[in-house]
Amino acid sequence: MSGTATTMTDPASTPARDRVLVEARAVRKVFDLGSHFLERTRREVKALNDVSIAVRRGESFCLVGESGCGKSTLARVIMGLLPPSSGEIHFDGTRIDGLRHKARRPFHRRMQMIFQNPYASLNPRRTVRQTLEEPLRFHLPELSDAEVRETVERVMVSVGNDPTWISRYPHEFSGGQRQRISIARALMVDPEFVVADEPISALDVSIQAQVLNVMMDARDQRDLTYLFITHDLSVVRHFGTRVGVMYLGSLCELATTQALFETPRHPYTRILLSAIPRVSTEEMKPPGLPGEVPSAMNLPSGCVFHDRCPLANARCSAEVPRPLAQDDGTLVACHAVEEGRG
Amino acid sequence: MPLLDVRDLRVEFPTRQGVLTALHDVDFTVDRGERLGIVGESGAGKSVAAFAILNLIGRPGRIAGGSILFEGQDLTRLSTHQMRRVRGDRISMIFQDPMMTLNPVLTIGTQMVETLKAHRRIGDAEARRIAITRLGEVKIPSPEKRLESYPHELSGGMRQRVVIAIALLTEPALIIADEPTTALDVTIQAEIMSLMLDLCKTHGVGLILITHDLAVVSQVTQRVVVLYAGRVVETGETARVVQDPVHPYTRGLLAALPGEGTPGARLNQIRGSMPPLTAVPEGCPFNPRCDFVEDRCRDALPALEDLDGHRVRCVRARDLASGVAA
Repeated sequence: MSGTATTMTDPASTPARDRVLVEARAVRKVFDLGSHFLERTRREVKALNDVSIAVRRGESFCLVGESGCGKSTLARVIMGLLPPSSGEIHFDGTRIDGLRHKARRPFHRRMQMIFQNPYASLNPRRTVRQTLEEPLRFHLPELSDAEVRETVERVMVSVGNDPTWISRYPHEFSGGQRQRISIARALMVDPEFVVADEPISALDVSIQAQVLNVMMDARDQRDLTYLFITHDLSVVRHFGTRVGVMYLGSLCELATTQALFETPRHPYTRILLSAIPRVSTEEMKPPGLPGEVPSAMNLPSGCVFHDRCPLANARCSAEVPRPLAQDDGTLVACHAVEEGRG
Repeated sequence: MPLLDVRDLRVEFPTRQGVLTALHDVDFTVDRGERLGIVGESGAGKSVAAFAILNLIGRPGRIAGGSILFEGQDLTRLSTHQMRRVRGDRISMIFQDPMMTLNPVLTIGTQMVETLKAHRRIGDAEARRIAITRLGEVKIPSPEKRLESYPHELSGGMRQRVVIAIALLTEPALIIADEPTTALDVTIQAEIMSLMLDLCKTHGVGLILITHDLAVVSQVTQRVVVLYAGRVVETGETARVVQDPVHPYTRGLLAALPGEGTPGARLNQIRGSMPPLTAVPEGCPFNPRCDFVEDRCRDALPALEDLDGHRVRCVRARDLASGVAA
């Protein structure tokens, strides 16, 4: 599966506004666990296997998949928090993986991240003001104190927080308020691209809606581009413009949100969609997914999903499927879909 | 007579700031083989209710009032010794994190055999035979081999299956499951919940499913209790509550689910957040967040209004149910 970058960049038309802002090209990430002292072989976790995505300006690109599928690893590689083992990351036309500190600094300002757990991602010893002012003073040292104060206040209001809270510490806030402070921190330096890694998973239902609304408002007001990592498909349906479905370090399907929910094609996507609990009077049914996710230390041959797939045949266990474009531009990496089986 | 009849249950925790009441006059029943959902957000008191039934409220917390009738006896009046015969035997509990429930240094087999022998006078061989049967029922492949495994050798989904198998060992009349699938992926959640649903039906076991997830509740339970700030705010048949919710809080929770609205539109959020127990407002505890609030909501706590078996704690329950106020 070499040279997939060209096949993965969506073949759909690209008007000016839909320019690609962030691109991951054929990214691999291998974590070396070292070797056991009795064994010769080195143990490796293959977290990402040749994954390519292209996020267009102004869209909310969602990455979904279950624990261990590599969605957070991909987000971290894109943000530069982890170096890719191979492959390239491009931001607005510039290759940014491997850039040294100084050269990378302007990109840090343009790309920000929101983490899952607002109890862990805010420094408990810093007031909200200290937390929010730091990125401004670092990236925009030319701002005066008055301008910094004014920006902090404005961003706090825009995420629905009371600006008089800024002298308080994180422990004085509820989970939803803290997550809105994290969002405010990400928005302080006026980024173009925000990666949100499960930003609402740790919150209560009524609070999830508040935080999602804040994120959607910020998108509309600031023309933000999101990469949204989640395991919750109902959030994707509401929030996302396009979706990448991942399984065991590989991208199975990449489609517009509407296409994915109306006509899921990859067998794994279909099973995942059927497993979402719905408010309904129908009793819950087993999703029909035999076995368990294999270890990323010992990937199955061929298609990583073949040993659990209802449509698998001999080809699936031998040959890695390439992502192929369907009529509507959806990319599906599946031999069964390609051959029209099932 | 219902299997479990909880009446006017009140649980208090004395603290430096005064006595906090985690549950106020909570009533619910579970019939034999019935599946009841208890729904609420963090701090609503749903886990406290489960712990109270099993008499596991840690000091200085205490059951300050009410009764818990189970198979004809009041669990609040049992001695520690008598309670041990009920807990883990007639009533089993399943917690959210299977790694916390299972002992990491004992094999699955040892844990299952010990559990059985603590409650039954049987030998090791007989206990192992029952353990293997139960592991088979929760669809664990090659159960004989699994008896020799340690918890860390199993995946999260498999561990939770083992916990369910242990809960079934003594053939209890009631299982209390506190967020049993919250830590699991959706496909494994669907697998485990449909398994529990089947087991409850085949064994005729009653189930109390405690969760924050209304979607799961709607697909698993027959009746539901919605808790808010330690009080029952709405209860009735699950299908009716999720399809025609009456209390503004239940309505808000359902409307806030992203799967329901138009994609891309703003979600219907409930403003504010649930008050901590130290600051529950006067009158209806939901009044500062309610869209239908009136002056009388701030004065006195509304009673549970009975709308033909569907009970709602709201002064405007009848208007809201008939659609006048909506």
